Amino acid sequence: MVEKLFTSIQSFLSPTYDWLPTSDDKPPLHESLDYAKHFAGKLLLRQEIPLDDQTLHSLLSNQNFVSIDAIEQHLWGHRCRRCGNKQKHLFADIPCARCSHTHVYCRKCIEMGRIMQCEPLYYWIGSKPIWLQQDNPCEWQGELTHYQQHASDEITNTMMKGNSELLVWAVCGAGKTEMLFHGISESLKHSKRVCLATPRADVVRELRPRFQKAFPETEIEALYGGSEQKQGKGQLIIATTHQLLRFAHAFDVMVIDEIDAFPFHADASLPFAAGRAAKPDASTIYLTATPRKKHRKQVQSKKLSAVFVPVRFHGHPLPLPILHMCFSLKKSLSQFQAPPAFLKWYNSRVNPNRQLLIFVPMIELAEKLVGHLVDQQLVAKEKITSVHASDSDREEKVIKFRENKLTLLITTTILERGVTFPSVDVVVLDAGHDVFDEAALVQIAGRAGRSPNDPTGEVIFFHDGKTDAMVEAIASIKQMNKRGRKL
Amino acid sequence: MHCLWCEAEIIEEVDWINFFYPDKVKNICESCKAQLDVLDGQLCKYCGRRSEKDVCSDCERWESDPHWKGVLTFNTSVFTYNPIMKEIITKWKYRGDYALVEMLREAFCEKFNQVFKEIKKDAVIVPIPLSEERLYERAFNQAEALARLLEMPYTQMLTRMEGEKQSKKTRKDRLGTSNPFQLEKQINQPVILIDDIYTTGTTVRHAAKLLKENGCLGVYVFTLAR
Repeated sequence: MVEKLFTSIQSFLSPTYDWLPTSDDKPPLHESLDYAKHFAGKLLLRQEIPLDDQTLHSLLSNQNFVSIDAIEQHLWGHRCRRCGNKQKHLFADIPCARCSHTHVYCRKCIEMGRIMQCEPLYYWIGSKPIWLQQDNPCEWQGELTHYQQHASDEITNTMMKGNSELLVWAVCGAGKTEMLFHGISESLKHSKRVCLATPRADVVRELRPRFQKAFPETEIEALYGGSEQKQGKGQLIIATTHQLLRFAHAFDVMVIDEIDAFPFHADASLPFAAGRAAKPDASTIYLTATPRKKHRKQVQSKKLSAVFVPVRFHGHPLPLPILHMCFSLKKSLSQFQAPPAFLKWYNSRVNPNRQLLIFVPMIELAEKLVGHLVDQQLVAKEKITSVHASDSDREEKVIKFRENKLTLLITTTILERGVTFPSVDVVVLDAGHDVFDEAALVQIAGRAGRSPNDPTGEVIFFHDGKTDAMVEAIASIKQMNKRGRKL
Repeated sequence: MHCLWCEAEIIEEVDWINFFYPDKVKNICESCKAQLDVLDGQLCKYCGRRSEKDVCSDCERWESDPHWKGVLTFNTSVFTYNPIMKEIITKWKYRGDYALVEMLREAFCEKFNQVFKEIKKDAVIVPIPLSEERLYERAFNQAEALARLLEMPYTQMLTRMEGEKQSKKTRKDRLGTSNPFQLEKQINQPVILIDDIYTTGTTVRHAAKLLKENGCLGVYVFTLAR
């Protein structure tokens, strides 16, 4: 009884994946090899398996597929095995016409096809997929800096060792992708399956051609909501973290980009899925420029190994934000006007040829500030615009700014990460607002000075009272610069 | 409690009145509720949509066709089929999030009891059926889910043969199709048909025609959205 209670509490606190059967090494059957590529490492609903009933039935009876209960039942409630949801209000009862019983279904991941108690998930336990044998999969020829090389070695070691984790703490603009190439190349050479997961679809789209160029012979697939490829049968998968909800014990190497970023950090089903997508003896690499407290503590107490890349690839230190107090900030912003201090700064910028990126806390402010700045004759009407998450022209506007067709872009926090503009100054209006936490401010500051041709840039935080986030962001940037000088 | 649609937590202020007389559990938040458009004001007397005229142009066409004239007594819908209702119905019916129907319960029952107060006394409630294939696919019949909300006995007296999905057809296609329904017995009472959406009115007219041919006195329709 006590034991039962204990396991119940344990199952509530941390999910297990021991319900996933391990496939023993079966001799590869010729006819099932194509199936293996398609289905290995995935947890699928019947409707996601494009086979007729008879074929599926025979694959089940000869132990190539196995069916698994989709929802766990515990003393404390339920857990969905696809998305890990255990919140009571995200389960509901359905009087099911298929089995004529009333039972639960998961509301959380319903957009991917409904998970019901009476319907199993199917999992492939047949022969393993066979990947192309390659002696040297990587054709990338570039050179790494001293720090990049150090990180690259650590990454390669971790990937080869198996069953280990590494946090790569690299400043914005350190050149993370290049640091991964060698480790991934070694992994592919050893027939390992690799996944690079990132929270944002635009990053997946950007990375795919870069990886295809570096690994021309490797089967690479890019998965994101609405992507052309959907099968998920490549040896190297580049995917949004959300796409991991269909994978289980699939990857020998998992790379999770921007571990601290919004959806991964906020939605418990994404770490759940990432944990399940990795094989039990997999290596996991976390990439971040701004780790959250939890990871920092683990690094400090040596529970998680870490490697630092404190200097950008061009070797220059990170631009340090300057705090600018202005008392009339709230008053100006409530009238959708820029504070006078900003206008004064704008007219005496160090380098007026740089483009300017202005971060504001709210969509409405972003939109209305455009008109005001035009009225103030700061910039011509066709050279300025605003952008936010639900803006349908979002990509187009960002491209225009990148191509220097716009000189001023007002944005919400959506452009805080992942985007690179060669030569910009960065301004935050109302840096004390809740949406600008420490990680956001460090990322925002990291937009400046990205190019070796213009490695500096002004970063100004306009505020009407210092917050912990601002102080900590500056301390953290200073610390990285100090670390960079020391090494 | 969380809003079934936006998942925001609903926190109600406690005062002396609801302390002693607790309200029913709220499962839709005020801001989502405000986006739903309850059909009121001047409506077409046949199909229940908003209309300047007594009879809208669509219903004029129906009523001028001798084949269909007077088949339906009238339709009443609770909400307009606006963008949010479209999203709700899509997630409920096609994605299969059964629980969403609960957040429409209050408005649905209120409207029913208001319009069918007298009629319901001797009428039979009949949800529009799905074909077997479609029922298996969805695992529930959306019309039956709505009928359950009323907490009154209902009868599955109609069956339906598989046809193409209604939502994929144009109005002209729909008018041309043969009657997909079958009736299992004779009937001599009025019927209130329940369905989720009244779009062109073809589905319910097919059902109503069949009922009338088999002795039914009058056919009313009650739908969630129009």
